[in-house]
Amino acid sequence: MDARRESEPTPMKRTTVERKSERELVVTRTVNGPARIVFEAWTKPELFKRWWVPKSMGMSLLSCEMDVRVGGRYRLVFGLGASEPMAFFGTYLEVTPHSRLVWTNDEAGDAGQVTTVTFEEKAGKTWVVLHELYPSKEALDAAGTGAADAMPEQFEQLDELLVTLGAGVGRS
Amino acid sequence: MVQYLTARLDASFAALSDATRRGVLEQLGRSDASITELAEKFHMTLTGMKKHVGVLEQAGLVSTEKIGRVRACKLGPRRLEDETAWLERYRQLWDARFDELDKVVEELKRREKVDGRKKRE
Repeated sequence: MDARRESEPTPMKRTTVERKSERELVVTRTVNGPARIVFEAWTKPELFKRWWVPKSMGMSLLSCEMDVRVGGRYRLVFGLGASEPMAFFGTYLEVTPHSRLVWTNDEAGDAGQVTTVTFEEKAGKTWVVLHELYPSKEALDAAGTGAADAMPEQFEQLDELLVTLGAGVGRS
Repeated sequence: MVQYLTARLDASFAALSDATRRGVLEQLGRSDASITELAEKFHMTLTGMKKHVGVLEQAGLVSTEKIGRVRACKLGPRRLEDETAWLERYRQLWDARFDELDKVVEELKRREKVDGRKKRE
């Protein structure tokens, strides 16, 4: 995209992640396409599996089943090298074509979050807002720590910098 | 919360931008120390060292505790790694995800255009 503004003052392409409150995380991004198409990519397994697990995640998606309707279930199985595959699953609570999806994340039992995604189309582009509501602050904190453990090196440079500066910190 | 993130990073990087403070972190990585000991080690006045430790403490890199007449310093709770880093990791995951989604959406758009032109095969 060129530097010219298109009436929106916000940087359009950037992905943002915000901890809105103790229990909420919000991810936003604009996708260059109509909501109808973006929605399709979120709801058809053969499309979904092509983007949900980017290479940098260091995992592969072994299987992906999605029954996208209210009360329908989904199940994603991730492979992580030689370790045991991990399953992520839940139920769709709301399905509004081209504009809204709500699902539960049941793999963590009671600590699982409810995810709401909205698709808002403007001038051929779609503003995607993904909202995760955790049952408690502790659940979100735990998920964060888990994510930090499960996800690969990307931001590790900063960690490493700190560790190097703090020397021997690794011991503690 | 983005501001929160930024402020935290700013504080951390500001704290790390000084050679003496990096030295103090290194030192505390080896063992806990009092302000007096740190001041001696870095050939500084007590007041000067207190200031440096204060900056590190504000950034959450060091924590201090008054024990009797001595202020003991140790490495802090490392919240940068614990909290800010995981949020940033999470953001990068989503960034990568959306980059892949962009490709899928581009392809669907192209396909739709072609289908539109020749009314589906």
